[in-house]
Amino acid sequence: MGRFKKEVSKSTPDLNMGSMSDIIFMFLFFFMVITTMRESSLFVTIHLPQATEVQKLEKKSLVANINIGEPNSQYVAKLGHEPRIQLNDQFAEVSDIAQFVEEERMSRDEASRNKITWSLKVDKKVKMGIVTDVKQELRHSNAFKVNYSSAKGKQ
Amino acid sequence: MARGKTPGLNTGSMSDISFLLLTFFLLTSSINTDQGIQRKLPPPPKKQTEDTKVHKRDVLVVLVNMNDQIMVNSEFLPDVKMLKDKTKEFIANPGNDETLSEKKKVYIQELGSEESVSKGVVSLQNDRGTSYEMYIAVQNQLTAAFNELRDEFSNARFGKNFNNLNNAQRKGVQKVIPINISEAEPVNYGGNK
Repeated sequence: MGRFKKEVSKSTPDLNMGSMSDIIFMFLFFFMVITTMRESSLFVTIHLPQATEVQKLEKKSLVANINIGEPNSQYVAKLGHEPRIQLNDQFAEVSDIAQFVEEERMSRDEASRNKITWSLKVDKKVKMGIVTDVKQELRHSNAFKVNYSSAKGKQ
Repeated sequence: MARGKTPGLNTGSMSDISFLLLTFFLLTSSINTDQGIQRKLPPPPKKQTEDTKVHKRDVLVVLVNMNDQIMVNSEFLPDVKMLKDKTKEFIANPGNDETLSEKKKVYIQELGSEESVSKGVVSLQNDRGTSYEMYIAVQNQLTAAFNELRDEFSNARFGKNFNNLNNAQRKGVQKVIPINISEAEPVNYGGNK
């Protein structure tokens, strides 16, 4: 035993830390690439109207989006230029709003069900008719907290 | 150039630095938060009969037609930007004008004093053909009017803007100047869509 002990050196050899940062950077890039915003895939074109009195929505998890606008160019052939509603990842009709409200409520825990803000992202060229219909549907589904999404800027 | 042996750099702390960067960006990046004008919709009408009586002078009727023209109390308004001052004048009614909104004295608990609160209601009605841009412009002007009134009141009382008040003060000011915007039940004047 004593023979072996002699051969072990007392100090531990230095680890090469240079590649450590490469690994961390790889992590960083991996997460950067893998995170995609869920609602980034819009099927409708939306140019938000501008307003000066905008407030920020505080809790992102308590916001449900309703998009209204003209369909993107690849859908125009099928759907025409009339403004359409997009809920989550699909086109919808006004009559689908009630179900959408219910689904959004169910996907959240009980305490926050009544605190959902319904953010209307509407293109500025859209006529109020469809917006009014959506608002009426929301009212009938007891979804009262509404946000008219708009960009901060001059009027 | 002398090709000597370069001393080794201690790169162990490099990973710490990149971790710091990673955590910094993880924490600070908020995925573009939504912003806009927030409103509360009224509950759906139950019966036609429960019409609360509001005096004519207490209502500021704002009509927007399908050509984005605005009419305020049966007067044509050439520019949206005039709506803010119209609304402010209507709600504040500094000269106690008979045609503008009436005020009543209400004891506000948060402020511990009696304040004159306007009974005024802005009634907003738009056509199905009104553009969304105009609708937001009108909503923005109305919001601006109420916000400015609140700021003016807060400055006169506390010497601060409304946003810098504490919660109790803010609640009080909200009671003195409530945002009374009523959107009429939709009607269809100007043709289809």
